[in-house]
Amino acid sequence: MNFTSDTSIDIASAVNRATAPTAEPKLKVEGLNFYYGENHALKNIHFDIPEKRVTAMIGPSGCGKSTLLRIFNRMYQLYPGQRAEGKILFDGTDLLSKELDSTVVRSRIGMVFQKPTPFPMSIYDNIAFGVKLHEKLNKAQMDERVEWCLRKAAIWEETKDRLHTSALGMSGGQQQRLCIARTIAVRPEVILLDEPTSALDPISTSKIEDLIDELKQEFTIVIVTHNMQQAARCADITSFFYLGEMIEVGPSAEIFTNPREARTRDYITGRFG
Amino acid sequence: MPEHIVTSFDIDLKELSRRVVEMGGQAERLVADSVEALVKRDSELAQKVIVLDGPVDLLQREIEEKAILTIARRQPLAGDLREIVAAMRIANDLERIGDLAKNTAKRVLALTGEFHPQKLVRGVEHMSSLVQEQLKEVLDAYAGRDDARALDVWRRDGQVDVLYTSLFRELLTYMMEDPRNISLCTHLLFCAKNIERIGDHATNVAETVHYLATGQQLADERPKQDTSSLTSVPFPA
Repeated sequence: MNFTSDTSIDIASAVNRATAPTAEPKLKVEGLNFYYGENHALKNIHFDIPEKRVTAMIGPSGCGKSTLLRIFNRMYQLYPGQRAEGKILFDGTDLLSKELDSTVVRSRIGMVFQKPTPFPMSIYDNIAFGVKLHEKLNKAQMDERVEWCLRKAAIWEETKDRLHTSALGMSGGQQQRLCIARTIAVRPEVILLDEPTSALDPISTSKIEDLIDELKQEFTIVIVTHNMQQAARCADITSFFYLGEMIEVGPSAEIFTNPREARTRDYITGRFG
Repeated sequence: MPEHIVTSFDIDLKELSRRVVEMGGQAERLVADSVEALVKRDSELAQKVIVLDGPVDLLQREIEEKAILTIARRQPLAGDLREIVAAMRIANDLERIGDLAKNTAKRVLALTGEFHPQKLVRGVEHMSSLVQEQLKEVLDAYAGRDDARALDVWRRDGQVDVLYTSLFRELLTYMMEDPRNISLCTHLLFCAKNIERIGDHATNVAETVHYLATGQQLADERPKQDTSSLTSVPFPA
């Protein structure tokens, strides 16, 4: 009997089929290079982000994962001296091209940050504020929208009786879920999460992970996390970044049980020197 | 492979693996002693095997507890996770091997005073030497994380099955020849089955070593050649 690789169950390929990316990726990164002035922060990245899946980016501090997330949101354009080369196709249009309006990009690609960033206003207005920039809704429609996104973010029950009190009075976990609600209020297609639970307690973290699972039915989600278990739990696809390069990308089940690259293995098993 | 940043994690994993190897050595000893007790009709040695199965069971529980604790503490991933899963699986197989050796030893005690022709025992002895070789090989494969060696063991299990099937026929024939053989042959048959099962557990360990080394599960059905369940010997006319 011969033992070639095809006699083994290829767990990876089984998982691949289960979490197969849709034919057309939502975001397609092609030959991306990014510079902070002289510093070459991302080196020739090729990366497909499948639609309605959770894609995680992991790697040590300074590896470029948050930089990439910020490029998706065109955050870098706020700063002089930062420039991107290459292409990021978002449903076929290049995100890096100057013709696209950043406000429009950000309404279609929303972002949630590490620390909750509620505006110093009421819970209701935190959500209505962004919606008003893009849509003209009457009071009833706005009420409906606020309820919809608070329900989606699993925070409606806790906030429905205090919608007009300040968002700053909420707990950290609630504030973070409010920020997620605020992000989905404008009905984006992609949600970028930059370490969304690193400042939260385990219960709030579980609620947000549960939420991510729920949201991927409708949205494409990209998450940067330092918590390996979180990536293993939440993400369909995981990519590993190191020193500005993307070392490996694959189904999470494969990356976390049987990574191909030694550097990935050393990082996820806590062997990095 | 470089060491973990948290050195106590390396210590945990090494300790776990060391105990599995230790348990393997003990299980091997039990198998060898049980067969020797059978061949030499040594009831003292058989008693010893029965008693010494206890520590093997204890070691299995210790390994399991240690593995669970390590998972809870370290949230292992990739090779580390496979290392721990492998330790648990192999400990289970070794514990079963210990039980099977113990069962063989118990039968030696039951046979004391029975009519005991050596030629009947010889077949069982031959098969068990093959199984002991398999067990030794697979434990070495585990110690060296040696996939190729584990696969060799996996492939060879068919030989044990072939021997078992022919032994089955042979013992049936002896029983037909002389009813005085029935008691002995039935016990020998169970002993042979025990030893064949030990071979199966060695193959399980081989599968685990393959998973540990490569991260892949063996998909194929193992090469089964035990056809004794389909075998009958007609009564001579």
